[in-house]
Amino acid sequence: MASSRNISLSRCVDRVTGGVLALFALVSGGTVLLLLWNLFAGAWPAIEAGRLGAFFTDAKWQPGSQRDPQFGMVTMLAGSALVTVLAVALALPVGLASAIFHRFYAPPLLARWNRRIMELLIGVPSVIFGFWGLMVVVPAILRIAPGTPGQSLLAGGVVLALMILPLIALTSQAALQAVPSSLLQAAAGLGLGRARTIVSVALPAARGGITTGVFLGLARALGETMAVVLVCGNIPQIPGSLFDPIRPITSTIALEMGYATASHKALLFCAGLVLMLCTALLVGWISFRKNAANPGIGGA
Amino acid sequence: MLLAGCGEKESSGTIMVTGSSTVAPIVADAAKEYEASHPGVRIEVQSGGSSRGISDAISGVADLGMVSRALKEDETVKLTAHALAMDGVCVVLHRDNPVKQLDKQQLVDIYTKKITNWKDVGGNDAAIVVANKAEGRSTLEVFLHYLGLDHADVKADVIVGENLHVIHSVVGNPHTIGYVSIGTATAEEKAGTPVKLVVTDGKTPTMESVKDGSFPITRPLNIVTGAETSPAAQAFLDYLMSTEIHGIVEKHFFVPVR
Repeated sequence: MASSRNISLSRCVDRVTGGVLALFALVSGGTVLLLLWNLFAGAWPAIEAGRLGAFFTDAKWQPGSQRDPQFGMVTMLAGSALVTVLAVALALPVGLASAIFHRFYAPPLLARWNRRIMELLIGVPSVIFGFWGLMVVVPAILRIAPGTPGQSLLAGGVVLALMILPLIALTSQAALQAVPSSLLQAAAGLGLGRARTIVSVALPAARGGITTGVFLGLARALGETMAVVLVCGNIPQIPGSLFDPIRPITSTIALEMGYATASHKALLFCAGLVLMLCTALLVGWISFRKNAANPGIGGA
Repeated sequence: MLLAGCGEKESSGTIMVTGSSTVAPIVADAAKEYEASHPGVRIEVQSGGSSRGISDAISGVADLGMVSRALKEDETVKLTAHALAMDGVCVVLHRDNPVKQLDKQQLVDIYTKKITNWKDVGGNDAAIVVANKAEGRSTLEVFLHYLGLDHADVKADVIVGENLHVIHSVVGNPHTIGYVSIGTATAEEKAGTPVKLVVTDGKTPTMESVKDGSFPITRPLNIVTGAETSPAAQAFLDYLMSTEIHGIVEKHFFVPVR
């Protein structure tokens, strides 16, 4: 009797716990849906009025103009894409080199400190990066290219690269660490040198993890706001060179949302929706890759 | 004393004030003083731009709105403006830039890129970097209104948001021209930041020239109220409109109106 009562009690506790956990899971999942819904609701006046077309057909972004208001966002999509790709192009070689050094060359003490510094770098608030960019990177660019504004695509790329560097370095480190030592030993058995082993065996085996790091870096760079708004110059234009200012989507939202009214505000919500869509695509691609890559790792 | 005691009773509760980031520091300081002398009153000050001050005051989300410009015609239907202080908008350059003054036409030409080199306005041979404010900022509206330009006419090299961002842009690139609130510029100059306020149309931007109305680019810093104002909010508004806050206003380098 007593034991059966215990069983039913524990079953009851189990059920309540399960219910509570499900509720919390629902809340965290539901927040994303709520966020999307709010973005959509905010953007609706513009969508309903058929303003979405202006997004892609208007050449300029000058919502405050009385004479010729224009709402083109193509320059900002280009700005976001360019600065993000530039950041990854700058951060990938450095991050990868740091990961290879950490895995194959560094003495244990140095490797530990290398990792700690990367972890510290992840925690630096983005406004600090932005301020550093404005005070250090921009004047440095002015010395290279006098006569330019300084705040530019290049400045944004450099600052963002530094922000995503630890992300790429740490995921690459983890990926290299996960390469089975049997593979490396086999390479050594074949008489391959260290450099050859890294290039021909370790990097191909760690490719999946490194790519995930790159995509995470892309997603982070795409969504970054505080740092880019300080160093990119924020001119909505297609840049002619690395030294021209650009305006990413996030900058526009940050600069104008608190000050916008009516239709201008709805268009900013649209911009947010577009940005969310891009990030969702990136994240989707990452999890798709992970699912595709996992059986491979198991097989190796 | 009697009056103060009376006010206390009817003015307890929370007062919400939102709006212009230029006005917010004055109101925040005033709120601290007011809370100290009126136990039971809590004043919440949130900055988020003049547009927010207007919409919050209309919708009733805020008891008082902060707006750093004159109200537009359609806004005066729903809101009443109470002038808290006057501010000017002035042109700022790097301390090392030899240019000391610019007239209105030169400013128009610089901001529309008819003049692109500092040597054409008495400076060094260097390209002018034009810093403009982002859409929706009151300083942008006030400055363009003075120059008689539309948003579409301005050809900028850098677009920035906050007053301090303008200052940092000028410090970071000495060939930059920007414009900010005189309060901000004076405070930065006094703190040793390498910027200077530029004489505009022969008028030196100072608190005095804003006060006597001789400086050409000025704006009122307003507190706005909607259709109904709670007794607590009204009492705080009366305090803001009194001469008691002159010290606070001047501490922030703005000009008291009474």
